[in-house]
Order: sequence, then C-alpha cells, then structure tokens
Amino acid sequence: MSNGVNVQALLDAREVLKGAPEAAQFTWRASSKWQHGVHSTTKIQKFFGLGQEQSHKSESVFEADHPEIFAAEDNGVTPIEYLLVGLAACLTAGVASVAQNRGIKLNSVESVVEGNHDIRGILGADSDVRNGFNDIKVTFTIDADASQADVEALVAQSQKRSAVFDALTNPTNVTVEVA
Amino acid sequence: MYVTTAVIGAGHAGLAASHFLTGASVDHVVLERGEVANSWRHERWDSLRLLTPNWLSRLPGAAYEGPEPDGYADTSEVVDLLERSAKDVPVRTGVNVTSVRRSPEGYTLTTSEGPVRARTVVIASGACNRPVVPTFDVPAGVEQVTPFDYRNPSRLPDGGVLVVGASATGVQLAAEIQQSGRAVVLSVGEHVRLPRVYRGRDVLWWMHHAGIWGQRYDELDDLTRARRLPSPQLVAGSTLDLNTLTSMGVELVGRLSTIRDGAALFSGGLRNVAALADLKLNRLLDTFDEWAGTAPGERHEPTRVPESARWRLDLRSGEIGSIVWATGFRPDYSWLDVPVVDAKGALVHDGGVVGDGLYALGLPVLRRRGSTFICGIEDDARDVIGHLVRGLG
Ligand SMILES: Cc1cc2nc3c(=O)[nH]c(=O)nc-3n(C[C@H](O)[C@H](O)[C@H](O)COP(=O)(O)OP(=O)(O)OC[C@H]3O[C@@H](n4cnc5c(N)ncnc54)[C@H](O)[C@@H]3O)c2cc1C
Repeated sequence: MSNGVNVQALLDAREVLKGAPEAAQFTWRASSKWQHGVHSTTKIQKFFGLGQEQSHKSESVFEADHPEIFAAEDNGVTPIEYLLVGLAACLTAGVASVAQNRGIKLNSVESVVEGNHDIRGILGADSDVRNGFNDIKVTFTIDADASQADVEALVAQSQKRSAVFDALTNPTNVTVEVA
Repeated sequence: MYVTTAVIGAGHAGLAASHFLTGASVDHVVLERGEVANSWRHERWDSLRLLTPNWLSRLPGAAYEGPEPDGYADTSEVVDLLERSAKDVPVRTGVNVTSVRRSPEGYTLTTSEGPVRARTVVIASGACNRPVVPTFDVPAGVEQVTPFDYRNPSRLPDGGVLVVGASATGVQLAAEIQQSGRAVVLSVGEHVRLPRVYRGRDVLWWMHHAGIWGQRYDELDDLTRARRLPSPQLVAGSTLDLNTLTSMGVELVGRLSTIRDGAALFSGGLRNVAALADLKLNRLLDTFDEWAGTAPGERHEPTRVPESARWRLDLRSGEIGSIVWATGFRPDYSWLDVPVVDAKGALVHDGGVVGDGLYALGLPVLRRRGSTFICGIEDDARDVIGHLVRGLG
C-alpha cells in the first residue's frame, strides 16, 4: 500500500532532529519584484535548512495582481489567495502523509478552500473591520479505503501537524524593514 | 545517618515504596519536607474531590473501607487514606531535601535536618510540584492565579475570569467559577474528553477492567506522547465536558497563543482540537466495546463549538478581572545534583529506573498508563522496588 509518501524518511528525520535542534532550523525565502500597477512577481528557489543552503530543483514563479473588478489588470491571483493555496496544499500533504503512516490507501483527495473577506477593512471604509480573512472554511472530499471516522481522523491529524494551519490560526511576529 | 534506601517524599508514591522496602527487609527512611500527604493538604482547592471513585483508592496497606465505594473522596478523606497507609512507615516529616549528589557508597543527601547517606535513593517527590505558568505580558490590572493559589471563587477579584486550559483542573474551576455567578471564558487547547459513565458504569471502571490503565510503558507506540497527554476532562459525580460547560454559559475560545498589546489572542483552531477529542473518545469507546465483545453502547453529541469563537480578548477593558492558569504542573528537581534531568526538565528514566541505584515513582506513565493515579502505584512500586532490591545483590 502506498500513497507515494516516504513516511519512513520523515520518521527517521524526526528521530535525528530530536537530538539536533540546530539542524531543524529552516528559513524559507521568496524574492519579490514590483512590475506595474499592483502586479508583482515573486520567485522561489533557495532556502536554508539542515545547516546549509538548499535549493529546489527549479525556480517557481508566482504572479500576483488584483482582479479587474478592482480596476487592475489581473495578471495573477490576489495575494491573499496565495494563503488559500498554501493552506490547501499543506493540509492535503498532511492527509496523504498521515494516511500513509496509518496504512490507509487514498483513491482521491479533493478540497475546496473558501476565505471570507470583508474588503471594507483594506479599503479603510470601516475601521472596525479587519484587513484579513474573517474566517476560512476547508471542505475535503476524500475517497479512501477507510471508514468515515478514520477519514475524519486523517483530516483532524493533518490540521494538528500543519505549518500553514498553524501560521493562519496563531499570531506570528512579522518584521518589515527597508534595507 | 546512613540507610540502605532513602525515599524522598511521603505522598502515596513514597509510602508505597516504603511498603515494598519493608517487605524485602531493606532498612530505609522516607524524608518528607512537610507532613504525610503534604500536597493533598496544601496544594489543592477547597471543593476538590478525586476524579477516581473510592473503590480505586487502593494503596499497599490501605484501601477504601467506607460505605460508598462508588463515591469520590474529598481531600481530607485522601489525607486519611494516606495516613492509614503510613502507619508502619518510617517517615521523618519536616525534613527538606536540598541536595542529592553521588558519593562513593551511593548518594549523599543534604537536608534541613542534617546529612543522610544512602546506597540507593527513590525519588517520590511528586510530578506536580509547580503549576506551569506560561510567560506572557499580562496587563497589570489583571490578577493571575494558579491552582496552588486558588481556593474558591469568592477569593477572586471582581470581574470576568479567563481560565486557561481545559483539562481536569481547568474544567472544574471553570464550572465552579461560572456557577458562582462570574462570566468565564475558557481557553481550550488539546484535551481528553471523557463521559463520567459509559453503559451504566463509571468510565474508569472501563479504563481499569478493559486494561487501558494497565498498558505497559514499553508496549506503547508513542511513549513520549503518552507521557505528555493532558489529564482527562473528568470530575467527581457527573460528566463535565465542553458541552456541559457551554450549557452552563461558559464561553469557549481557542488555545491562548499570546498576549499582545494587552489583548489575549487565541488560536483559530478550536474546532479541530474539539474534533480530535471527539474522535479519540469514540475510538476509546470502540475499544471498550471490543473488549466487552458487545454491540456499541451510547455515543455522544459532538462538541459544540461556537460558530465564530472570539480570537481576541481585550484584557484592559475591565471585562476580565483575573486569569486562572490551569496549564498543567511540573516536577521540581532543583535539589537534584545528579545529571539525570533532560533539557526540558524531565527526569530521564526507564520505567522508574534512573540508574546507579537511583529510582523514581509517581511520574506519568512511569510503567503503565495508570501510573499517576493512586490505584496505579502498587504495581509500579512492586516493580521498581523489586529492581532496587535485586541491585542490592
Ligand atoms: C489537582 C490534582 C488532582 C488530582 N486528582 C487525582 C485523582 O482524583 N485521583 C488520582 O488517582 N490521582 C489524582 N491526582 C494525581 C496524583 O494522585 C497526585 O498528584 C498525587 O499527589 C501524587 O502522589 P505522589 O506521591 O507521587 O506525589 P505527592 O503527593 O506530590 O507527594 C510528594 C511529596 O514529596 C514531598 N517532597 C517534594 N520534594 C521534596 C524534597 N525536596 N524534600 C522532601 N520532601 C519533598 C512533598 O512535600 C510531597 O509530600 C491529582 C493530582 C493533582 C495535581
């Protein structure tokens, strides 16, 4: 039975890093460049981890813009939508890993992520409205060789170990500087 | 003074150790900084009753003998039980151990009453010596209370109460404070949900008889996790889960993430910790049914989570007068001058065997899932003292 996740490698890494917290310190990096209007291009390739510089196999490029209803050119998705990409991808990876670890064969995993957003916040139209999402809803549709309860447990466990779920549900200190 | 074995602490763990040492004719002394059952006398709130029924209050040399085996003892009854089991125990009370270090013959203990030399030492000083209090920047006007300071709701300052932590202590204190007429906000992280009764029997009857509490430490999949598991949402007499608290009017919020600019910020993951606890509860009940070999019994309403729980609570607005930290307890080994404590402050041991004649009793899942409970000590103490006696050769 395999969902294609090398769980053994993850479990081995967990054991090794328990005794080597320095090696567990990663820095993920994105480099962004303004194009025109509210359009920007962000590239990701290098990161730091296991004590040294690392690199993805190839560079990924992300275009961000605003939709035409915001009077923009719509060269790419809205920045806040990238958070949905991150959340969906992270939870899905979690479901696959947990299923692998529990010996559950997955046939298909699909999800819809909806972020409710009151844009009066970013427009400054009402100071009581926050800028970010009011709430986010993720709906999974999973076909697996397992009971409903086991599938629900996969989804619950994937949230428990999700980096993006944590980053969205808990505050993080953010420092923004001008170089 | 020289003894073969010095036992540190006269709670139920130290007393049980003594019972087996006496049985093996090992000369020993139990050193206690306060009185027998000191933590039950001084470190519990007024209304506390055991979450374990009386029939589970069994110690070597003493067991519950009263008319209500299904009742739940208050602290004075626990003190009585421990005193009875201490009858023939060589306890020296009022002896504070301030240092334990290696010596050529074994260990030298420095105490408030002079040195004690011993070949072997049993650490039975308790797993709950200090309340855990996270370090957050709490605004000056808000009083902070730990379960060691808390006695009853009337001693709290005016205003609403933020109870942080929804395990055994947190749910009990949240309920009694809410019932006293104060508004309670309960911050809920990962927790263990249990009904008081399943299929007409106390849930701990099932834990005990279905062999859950008897599961050995060296047979568990994830011992680290088992040892860190929070105490169950369980109180004397009736079910006290999050749904009960919601019905009482307690407001649920997520795990406290931080306090920033005078506001408490809670995790948006409340729904998931509730879902995890519901799923685990159902799995546990399935285990009971499998053990009993019968069709499934009753299942419980999923935890009701507020549609949109508050994730920000202004601590400067006057809404909250005090914070009760029900965030767990930890042991204190500041007096232990032997390098056997890890970076996180936990004693390193294998089923209570630390090594070189040093032993421990009374820690979570020391040898079995039920190790921390009063009823779990007898088997643990027999094993650990058995090892100690064999080591004396
Ligand atoms: C709030 C709370 C509720 C609980 N409810 C239940 C329950 O319902 N049922 C149940 O079975 N279990 C319960 N427990 C768990 C457990 O039974 C208790 O924690 C119990 O007190 C543990 O016994 P012990 O002997 O290991 O430690 P303790 O009772 O803490 O005894 C340790 C003793 O060592 C002494 N000591 C510590 N350091 C030194 C030193 N350096 N020198 C000399 N003496 C020292 C202390 O004064 C103390 O008397 C509860 C625990 C807590 C905290």
